[in-house]
Amino acid sequence: MATHMAEPAADAAAEYLTAEDRIWLLRAMLLMRGLEERAMSLYRQGRVPGSFYDGYGQEAVSAGAAFAMGPEDRLCILHRDLAAHLIRGVTPSRILSQYMGRAAGITHGRDGNVHFGDRNLGCVGMVSMLPDMMLVATGMAMAFKLRGERRCAMTWFGDGSTSRGDFHEAMNWAGVQKLPVIFVLENNQYAYSTPVDKQYAVDPVERAAAYGFVGVTVDGNDVEAMFEAARAARERALSGDGPTLIEAVTMRMHGHAAHDDMKYVPKEQVEEWRKRDPIERQEALLRSLGVDIDELRASVKALIDAAAEEALAGPMPDPATAVDGVFCEGEAEPLGDGQAPWSGFH
Amino acid sequence: MPTLTYLQAISSALRDELRADERVLLMGEDIGVFGGAFKVTDGFVEEFGTDRVMDTPLAESGIIGTAVGAAVVGMRPVCEMQFSDFISCGFDQLVNVAGKMHYRQGLAVPITVRLPSGGGFSGGPFHSQNPEAWFMHSPGIKVVAPSTAEDAKGLLHAAIHDPNPVCYMEHKHLYRRVKGEVPSGVFETPFKARVAQPGSDLVVIAYGAMVPVALEAVSDGLDGASVEVLDLRSLVPLDEEAILDSVERCSKVVILDEANATCAAGAQVAALIAEKGFESLDGPVVRVATPDVPIPFSPPLEAAVLPGVDRVREACRELLAY
Repeated sequence: MATHMAEPAADAAAEYLTAEDRIWLLRAMLLMRGLEERAMSLYRQGRVPGSFYDGYGQEAVSAGAAFAMGPEDRLCILHRDLAAHLIRGVTPSRILSQYMGRAAGITHGRDGNVHFGDRNLGCVGMVSMLPDMMLVATGMAMAFKLRGERRCAMTWFGDGSTSRGDFHEAMNWAGVQKLPVIFVLENNQYAYSTPVDKQYAVDPVERAAAYGFVGVTVDGNDVEAMFEAARAARERALSGDGPTLIEAVTMRMHGHAAHDDMKYVPKEQVEEWRKRDPIERQEALLRSLGVDIDELRASVKALIDAAAEEALAGPMPDPATAVDGVFCEGEAEPLGDGQAPWSGFH
Repeated sequence: MPTLTYLQAISSALRDELRADERVLLMGEDIGVFGGAFKVTDGFVEEFGTDRVMDTPLAESGIIGTAVGAAVVGMRPVCEMQFSDFISCGFDQLVNVAGKMHYRQGLAVPITVRLPSGGGFSGGPFHSQNPEAWFMHSPGIKVVAPSTAEDAKGLLHAAIHDPNPVCYMEHKHLYRRVKGEVPSGVFETPFKARVAQPGSDLVVIAYGAMVPVALEAVSDGLDGASVEVLDLRSLVPLDEEAILDSVERCSKVVILDEANATCAAGAQVAALIAEKGFESLDGPVVRVATPDVPIPFSPPLEAAVLPGVDRVREACRELLAY
């Protein structure tokens, strides 16, 4: 039944992606990197409280996978996956406001960093106990199946998460009930300072077979391969063929957080992965198709400049509201639909 | 009005909710075909099917976590922990995911977690706990604990209708011992305290299985004293007004917990009275609770730690004489 599938063919995605789609993917990655670089400089200026976490070098994982998700699908997004939020429709100024703990942030200052999900866009924000959201996504998929709806849930988690019980509980539950859920394992080689050889004894993608469903290994630095793997997984989910584990092989190019100099990572390893930058790769592809990359970069920069200006002008939250909203006082409203820019949905 | 046991009242609430609202879904270990370890859902599968009365994998974190996911896409899951003790395995999903969700993201998590709790039947250290205080200390979770058949039904309806995570503490020792008249159909009991017996010389404040213990302890009149029994029913929110009102009228207070004493619900009630009811007091606040030990298995050991009628009576007599 379950098989470990090889990496999809490099050009398999081409059939499903228009030129506009391919530009969208690059734009999402450029926006993610640019916003995180801007946030890091705001952090160094003391404008971002706490610490700061980014997904430099991993942009393809969230951009490619989220691009395959429909408006009515639901997402639980991890902290190095900002591009997924951008694809769902969260605006750059709200993201910078979120980092700075301002009132206009997605959580209005109640939580920091990428600990957010816009409920109006079909997303649930992560918690620090990884991979708790695997179970939440599994529960969403369970509801979809019970109600006979053609939709799926997707969640991201890291290599460190594969050691925790919730990973196994979610994989098992999803396998037993054959649920429309897509698990994206973002294998970036390190969980904080712990390398993967101290995390697991078998390649975690092999575990999919052990739980009764398909596992796929993908080059996590190839945005179109990520898209294709997610698109195929979604097809399986919507056809009633159950969950998919996508192992996106990538590399955490920065420290765990802003304070981390990453001295535990061999320099050669970083240099080797630098040659496989997902943005440069997609740029080369689009350049060969005649896309003006400089113009695209300039438009993204202008967007970020404007977003930073807007976010910096916004107020901090009112301290008088710090104890508000612990409980829901009105009706419980379920998640709303998100943006889904892929041409396959239009 | 039909007379139901506490357990039948819980079953009745679940059945009425399943009939009334297609979003309601029961999840738990052995609740389907087997009907639950205590038979609360006996016969449910025949009426509602295995999708809505779901036998889950043996995974408490999984039960709470998937319930959260189902809730945020529009379902109303009611989770059964086979024993309340097992919620320790689902603690993280309840406290960190469900409890903080609305504050962080404005996203409501309407789940009910049924927690069969309490000792008194040689369940030992892993089948006898009263974990309600863990969740009182965790923002974003409501906690209720019925002591009568009517409240068992009404509080469960209210918990399922509530847009927040609610821990519903159902005491195993009351399942078949407590009976009473229960209105038919769907009705809500408010998350407020109730005066179980009015009085004016002393008030015993209790909840859950300690309410019948308190009522029995004071039933012989305690040498002619007028003793009130206040049944908290809800621990979060805590009915401060009702507590302070009883204290003002009675001036002497015994607080009763079956849970371990330190940081128990009764400790919070005592702190409240010290802060806001001090001027009404005519004696020290007295607490009767289980000492800070795991609940032992052997009957004489268990009886030595759980608060019983004699300990409550003695505490009341001493305080009345103060």
